[in-house]
Amino acid sequence: MVPTIYYVILSAILFGMGAIAFIFKQNIISIFMSIELMLNAVNLAFVAFNQAWGKLDGQVFVLFVIVVAAAEAAVGLGIIILIQRNRQSLNVERVDQLKL
Amino acid sequence: MSASLIIFFLLAALAILGAASLIFQRHPIHAALSLIVVMVALAGLYLLMGAEFVAAVQIIVYGGAIMVLFVFVIMLLNAGVEERTNFSKMASIAGWPLALALTGVLAAAMVRAGPTVANPANPGMLSDTATLSTLLFTDFVYPFELTSFLVLVAILGAMVLAQREQK
Amino acid sequence: MNFLTQNAFWILSIIKILLLLFIVLTVNAYLTWFERKLVAHIQSRWGPHRVGPHGLLQPAADGLKFLFKEDPTPAGADKLVYYLAPFLALALALTAIAVIPFGPKPIPFFNFFGQPVYLWVANPDISLLILFAITALSVYGVALAGWASNSKYPLLGGLRSSAQMISYELALTMSVVGVLLMSNSFSLSQIINAQSYAPGVLGWNIIGFSGRGFPVPQVLGFLCFFIAAIAETNRAPFDLPEAESELVAGFHTEYASFKFAMFFIAEYTAMITVSCLVAILFFGGWLSPFPATAFWQFTHYLPSVTLIPFGLWVIWDGIHYETIVGKLVLPVIGFVMIVLGSALIALPAVNEFIQPTFWLLAKIFVVLFFYVWARGTLPRLRYDQLMNMGWKVLLPVSIANVILTAGAVLLRGH
Repeated sequence: MVPTIYYVILSAILFGMGAIAFIFKQNIISIFMSIELMLNAVNLAFVAFNQAWGKLDGQVFVLFVIVVAAAEAAVGLGIIILIQRNRQSLNVERVDQLKL
Repeated sequence: MSASLIIFFLLAALAILGAASLIFQRHPIHAALSLIVVMVALAGLYLLMGAEFVAAVQIIVYGGAIMVLFVFVIMLLNAGVEERTNFSKMASIAGWPLALALTGVLAAAMVRAGPTVANPANPGMLSDTATLSTLLFTDFVYPFELTSFLVLVAILGAMVLAQREQK
Repeated sequence: MNFLTQNAFWILSIIKILLLLFIVLTVNAYLTWFERKLVAHIQSRWGPHRVGPHGLLQPAADGLKFLFKEDPTPAGADKLVYYLAPFLALALALTAIAVIPFGPKPIPFFNFFGQPVYLWVANPDISLLILFAITALSVYGVALAGWASNSKYPLLGGLRSSAQMISYELALTMSVVGVLLMSNSFSLSQIINAQSYAPGVLGWNIIGFSGRGFPVPQVLGFLCFFIAAIAETNRAPFDLPEAESELVAGFHTEYASFKFAMFFIAEYTAMITVSCLVAILFFGGWLSPFPATAFWQFTHYLPSVTLIPFGLWVIWDGIHYETIVGKLVLPVIGFVMIVLGSALIALPAVNEFIQPTFWLLAKIFVVLFFYVWARGTLPRLRYDQLMNMGWKVLLPVSIANVILTAGAVLLRGH
């Protein structure tokens, strides 16, 4: 039997690693993937608390988080395709001016 | 060392290795594959906690649809090895300490919350899909309808964004 | 000895996995033989008939060829992903067979160190969802193979193929929801049990009696599922991405010998898995089409009644065969079949045990026959016609099936 605190610390570590990837990567798609990693870490915390309290609300919330992440991925990747089309580069450092 | 503790450490190590690989890989396709490994490891952890429906949905939706979308975009945009530019020094100076501080504060807050999160109420109890769906359609019916509307808006948004300009 | 008794469950599972792997790979090999023979006879020619009697050793010759062929790697290919893609495809396809139940009861008179031996490797509560998860992940094998080859034909073929697979995956999963509404469970053995509440063939989901009220036939669901499954496994008439005249060979152009063999085996194993699913979900799995009353007891001799005359025919054919090898081998095969058939009549306990498995295998064989028949008869669909059909025809029809089934089950009172 695994204590809940182990899952929560794992979730915090994964969230921190997602934050590190978000800060240090310079490719837009990699940054977007680190956002997905952070969302997954939060899902893990939800399910861990759901097991701790014995109710099923945590799992319903996880389903909502997954659906919202899917919607966000669709729109975000559309924006990424537009950025590639307009600036011919996927490096986030080159998208630093409002003018093309 | 019970069997579930060993499996937990194996899956946790796999997830952390996948996340580390996501940080240190330079090609986006390898980063995407590492993220898929993290998601499958997390699905295994959900199964260990008895949440079987959520584990299956995680693999089907996250691993089988969202990440496929990422892989498609990487293939279509022909993303190559990441080019490193040195325009801003802020990230390399303040990045590492801030991220480690964030992780530390989160973990400390959880540990300090004390006995309320110490032990699970029903370890290894399998969650019933019927109960989950009853909850979803009675207590949570309003967020459910809102998220379906949100998905519709996202579909329309993606279609408008990816359209070529009419000459 | 003590070690064996304590860990009997794990050791039994490992033995079952190895046995299942061996059986699935052999069935794959002979499925390729069956397909080549059947397509050939549809096209009025013979197919393989030189390597061994009736071409029965052709799969062995093909396997040897795959082992000894040269294995080039394209220049500039991403090494890790290039080697990973066929392994991923094969591993996922073979894992799916582990959750399929082949019979309801454990083997009689036999106990593996205290563990009853069931006819499945694993029977979780969500086996159908696990199968869908594996189907969802198998898109990666195709997409990554197309990308990693660093060449334009595989890239286009891989993109088209994976777009086709994710489009038809939606219709595939929606068409099963009608069955789930009628069976109240995701577990495959529970779905089969839910079809046993009406006598014989009337209880199957394709007709849908449930012991009270009106039937809820799942015909729409079956048609959607079967068509979506053919598209999902990239088989004719949906195999434009890998057709020779269109895109050289699609996503597996740059793969030769053993890696191509892995894609090949993965495709045929997916075909077998889908046939098992069709038989289990819509046609009653291991349930006999005859009711289980005393009047119909004579139908329990059907396995022997099929084996013995078939064995006699094989002996007769062997005696009149052209080559000496055929004259020796075929009568032996026929004789073994007759011995098996008579053993089933002589041992009623084994006959009762073999009944459910016999019916399941017969249904799987019929579905595979339809698969190969579709390949030999229908022309290929063009890519835009294919995507049209997936999104504009199959998906609305399967959603309509869900709504109608839900309404009918509600009215009927389950």
